[in-house]
Parts: sequence; C-alpha cells; structure tokens
Amino acid sequence: MCTYVTEHLKVTGSAKGANGWFSLTDATVYLDHPVHAAAEHTLNIDFLAPQAGPTARVAVELGPDTAGALAAAILAALQRGPGA
Amino acid sequence: MSEDTAATETVAITGAGGDGIEAYLALTSGGDAVGGVVVIHHMPGYDSDTKESARRLAAMGYNAICPNLHYREAPGASPDDAAAAVRAAGGVPDDRLVGDVDGAANHLRSLANANGRVAVLGYCSGGRQAFLAACSLTVDAAVDCYGGFVVEKPPEGFALAVRPLTHLAPKLSCPLLGLFGTEDSHPSPEHVAELDRVLTDAGKEHEFHMFENAGHGFFTTDRPSYAPQAAEQGWALIEAFFSRHLATR
Repeated sequence: MCTYVTEHLKVTGSAKGANGWFSLTDATVYLDHPVHAAAEHTLNIDFLAPQAGPTARVAVELGPDTAGALAAAILAALQRGPGA
Repeated sequence: MSEDTAATETVAITGAGGDGIEAYLALTSGGDAVGGVVVIHHMPGYDSDTKESARRLAAMGYNAICPNLHYREAPGASPDDAAAAVRAAGGVPDDRLVGDVDGAANHLRSLANANGRVAVLGYCSGGRQAFLAACSLTVDAAVDCYGGFVVEKPPEGFALAVRPLTHLAPKLSCPLLGLFGTEDSHPSPEHVAELDRVLTDAGKEHEFHMFENAGHGFFTTDRPSYAPQAAEQGWALIEAFFSRHLATR
C-alpha cells in the first residue's frame, strides 16, 4: 500500500546532497514504498530545504529494524555527548 | 495490431486550473482509430515502471499517456525528488487529480489516430485515483489496481488528505475492472468485498479479480512484491477488458 503516513518536522543543521552542502529547514519521516531499497516498505527520511528546490534533498530508506536501531543510537549518542 | 512497437515523447498538456504540466505519451502504431488510456502513477511518482506500463499499453494497440502529477511542485526534478516534495507539501489534492486526468484524457482524444474512447488505469494510490476520476469524469473504462482507501478510512493522524470514495459510486461513469491480491491489507479482501457490494447496490458494471499469494504492488517488476503469475494474468485481463470497452464503435 501507499501508506500516506508522514511525520513532518522543522530541523536545523546541514546535509550534503548531489550538489554539495546545504542548510536544512525541514524533514519528513514516513513508512512507505522505497525507490531503491529491496523491500516492500521502508522507513524513509527526507532531509529537505524546500526553499532551495526539490533537489535540495538527502534521502535514506531503512529497514524498520535498522531505523529503530538508528533512533536508539541517536538518543544514546545525545545522552553521552557534551552538555547531556 | 503491430507487435511491441510504440513511439514515445514528453508532451505538454493542460491540467487542473489551466496549468501546463508535462506528460509521458506512448503512441501506438497499431491502427488509425484506437482507444486511449490515462495511466495514473503511484505516490513514488512519475517513474520508469509507470512509463513502462504506458509503453506496454501502446504495444497492445492503444495510445497511453501518463500525466506527471508532481510537475507543479518540482518541474524537471527526478521522480523521487518530486515525490518527496509533494509528500512534504501534503500530497496531490483530489480535485487537482481530476483536472489533470481530464486534461490527459482530452489530449488522447485530440490525437490524429484517436477513436474518442478513453480509459483510466492506476496502481496503488493511482488505483484510488482511477476510481475517483471514473466517478468524476465521463470515461469509457477504468482499471483500479489495488487502490487503497477507496472504502476504508485512513488511520488517525494521516498528514495527507485522503478520504474514502464509496459515496461517489453512484456516479461511476463506466465499467470498472479491479485487480487485487489476497495478501494486501489496503485494500484487504474485506475492503474489496465492500466495494463490490457498494457497486452492485448502485447497479454499476464491475469485474473484480482477487489473486492468491499476491500482495500490494504485484505488478511492479522491480520490487520484491512482484508476483509474476498474478501480474501476467492481470495484464491479460486488462487486455481483454480494453478490447471490449475501447474498441471503435
């Protein structure tokens, strides 16, 4: 199915895309058909800068287990880092 | 009909609101008075697999056109970037979809070798949109390949505006072919049975096929969900359906 389920969030930071680094303003997170990954559904994250056009995008398509592990790793790193 | 021949090009058409959008056109060499098919791409976009479907229909003897439903948000972008931009913006509104399909259908009717008969066909979200278009426009045939959320309400919290369409069933303008898999959850076999009941109650001609051991996306050759047996049977059913409803009269 096309799940349509999409989480939107505003973000700060930078990403490196096909045309080099750019400043991020938005991200979407959704479980849906991947474009490239060999799975029916993946957890997809688009890091975006809509004001810079549709190609200002860094995309990942992750297996659900991988996505969960990534989320845990991000939280773990944040807890151990400076200022935690 | 000529075997496996088609000429393809990208054309400009007039979509909803008078907007110019691009479309992929596959012209058949199969005759001088042929029907046409509007192919509605799925949420991941105006991609190579959808264009391949247009070429296959042209090889079958029809002109086929696939409007780029994401063109406005991302002209010239790759299909995946365009799909991401549209998703971030909330998706394709239903009324815009209808206008874009209408523009694509009018383009088909204007072609020199057109017989004036037009079908709509869509996969996945495009299956739902094919049903929507067939209930909103006057067309001659429609094919819904595993379109979800025609019957069922989306779960709470959906960011995209998608609503059920069964209330439109009395307005269905043409015969409907539905192709579904038993392993799908949207639409599930229960959802398909409900749509069957609604169309029967409305007195609308329809023909549904449910393939065993096939899930969502069974036509898509580059995905793990590809089910060759269901896909080939499905294509044969599409060919037979169009031969009945798109032939010159």
